[in-house]
Amino acid sequence: MKKEMICIVCPVGCHLEIDENLKVQNNKCKRGEVYAKKEILNPTRMLTSTVRINSKHQARVSVKTTDAIPKQSMFKIMEMLDDVALEVPVNLGDVVIKNVLDTGIDIVVTMSLKA
Amino acid sequence: MYDVVVIGGGAAGLAAIHSAYDPTLKLLLIEREKTLGGILKQCIHNGFGLHHYKEELTGPEYAERGILSVKDLSFETMLDTTVADVEKKSDIFHITIMNTELGEAVIQAKTVILSTGCYERTRGAIQLPGTRPKGIMPAGSAQRYLNIDGYLVGKKVFILGSGDIGLIMARRMRLEGAEVLGVAEIMPYSNGLTRNIVQCLHDFDIPLYLSHTITDIKGIETLEAITISEVDTHFQPIAGTEKTFEVDTLLLSVGLIPDIKMFDSLKFDVSSLTNGAIVDQRYQTSIPGLFACGNALHVHDLVDFVTEESEKAGRFAKDYVLKTKAEKRQLITIDPGDKVRYVLPQYLDITQNFDETVLSLRATESALRGTFNIHQGETLIHSKKARFVAPAEMERLVLKRSDLVSEAPLKVSFEVGT
Ligand SMILES: Cc1cc2nc3c(=O)[nH]c(=O)nc-3n(C[C@H](O)[C@H](O)[C@H](O)COP(=O)(O)OP(=O)(O)OC[C@H]3O[C@@H](n4cnc5c(N)ncnc54)[C@H](O)[C@@H]3O)c2cc1C
Ligand code: SF4
Repeated sequence: MKKEMICIVCPVGCHLEIDENLKVQNNKCKRGEVYAKKEILNPTRMLTSTVRINSKHQARVSVKTTDAIPKQSMFKIMEMLDDVALEVPVNLGDVVIKNVLDTGIDIVVTMSLKA
Repeated sequence: MYDVVVIGGGAAGLAAIHSAYDPTLKLLLIEREKTLGGILKQCIHNGFGLHHYKEELTGPEYAERGILSVKDLSFETMLDTTVADVEKKSDIFHITIMNTELGEAVIQAKTVILSTGCYERTRGAIQLPGTRPKGIMPAGSAQRYLNIDGYLVGKKVFILGSGDIGLIMARRMRLEGAEVLGVAEIMPYSNGLTRNIVQCLHDFDIPLYLSHTITDIKGIETLEAITISEVDTHFQPIAGTEKTFEVDTLLLSVGLIPDIKMFDSLKFDVSSLTNGAIVDQRYQTSIPGLFACGNALHVHDLVDFVTEESEKAGRFAKDYVLKTKAEKRQLITIDPGDKVRYVLPQYLDITQNFDETVLSLRATESALRGTFNIHQGETLIHSKKARFVAPAEMERLVLKRSDLVSEAPLKVSFEVGT
């Protein structure tokens, strides 16, 4: 089965095709091949979201993964974030979940909020 | 009396006050909200700062860098304070402010920088058909409710407009558990970044309906369903192509407009192309001492360029206050020519010393390759080849003083092809 995807490595945006033997077509350069293979074998994404906080000014504080996590774990991590409740003060970079799902990647706060 | 008052404490206002700073001057930053940072605080996604900081930051992180950069400078800040009006009387600006502590008060300033950001077009601005139930709102408002207030506005969502804000919200609402049934775009192409099409729509199997618009809305109290139809090349709906979706929420991502309504009494010249002030290369409006920058001047897609532009506006405002003698301006116009939607600044003040200045512009067409040309009168004075030009992406040209050959008006055009 062939799979189609758009390469996002550069603005050309080639419409790639990759088959079950990982043969990539329609890529204008080598980077497209690398991209397509990674998208099939080990697609990863940065995840940004928010968690609860008891600040006077806002109900949520923003968080992110420190690196790209496996794409299929996005919803699982969203669920884990539902259970997090922080208290002010928080500082940019504070770790919310360490080594999330054993990926070696942390979830950190992306804004500082005073008490 | 203040020397410089900056109105609006987002990315633009922070950069402006940073570069307007001088220990001999009295400066004031006014912000309507309880904290600084502006729209960036709700843009929790990644993708900011690649040009300015050479690393990829989330919106709140970019805002925090800006706030940190001015932390040690001594200027006044008024938070939770709204500017209701600005007037200029015999060379002095009178700024009417409102806050809970002072009620209404008037402060005075020698120069003012407008950095009030932009607002989203609403339903009224695009004339949607059908009933007017609850559940229809601009995508940015939904973003704020969700990311700051923690409130998901709906469970079954459709999005009109495929700009980046709409795409980002499609993913965000999906991740939070809402069902996103689709995104409709009246143009045959999306104005969003390819990365956002892939990572916000394809990743979650959210369909994108290009050349489609909304042709019916159902629901009395609350939204019940919307119908979309394909449009022809004249953007007219084609009968028989209707698709109906049962939804409780319709998010509109149909454009941003510089937010300068509150400055009507100043009567500065406004461009019908940008909906912001007409400025010279110092970002000075038609009113001497009044500067504008950021989304309040023209809508930017990259915050990095907001910062760059606003740093310049701040520096020029400082120079303006520090200069001793009154100045005369001699302005030549910079007009958009073929295949260019707008150019900013709209004027070049040739009495000013400058080595070079950056022109920001948008093309009216997408092209893989093309050339931007600047003509002065009939003479071609500057050309720049460009790749991957798109109307949604701002282009920049550097114009050198030494390029100028006369005092004739300038015209910037775009030529598709090699
Ligand atoms: C949803 C969204 C997504 C974006 N995504 C990206 C991205 O991925 N990458 C990127 O580089 N850029 C992105 N941008 C663009 C970029 O973030 C903005 O262009 C930039 O932050 C605008 O800064 P600003 O200071 O001009 O406006 P704002 O941040 O809007 O600041 C204006 C400030 O003025 C205040 N104000 C307004 N009126 C008054 C008044 N009367 N009195 C007092 N204060 C007032 C407001 O409260 C606000 O704080 C995005 C923008 C949006 C809206
Ligand atoms: S394949 Fe190469 S040329 Fe095509 S989009 Fe990817 S990086 Fe760009």
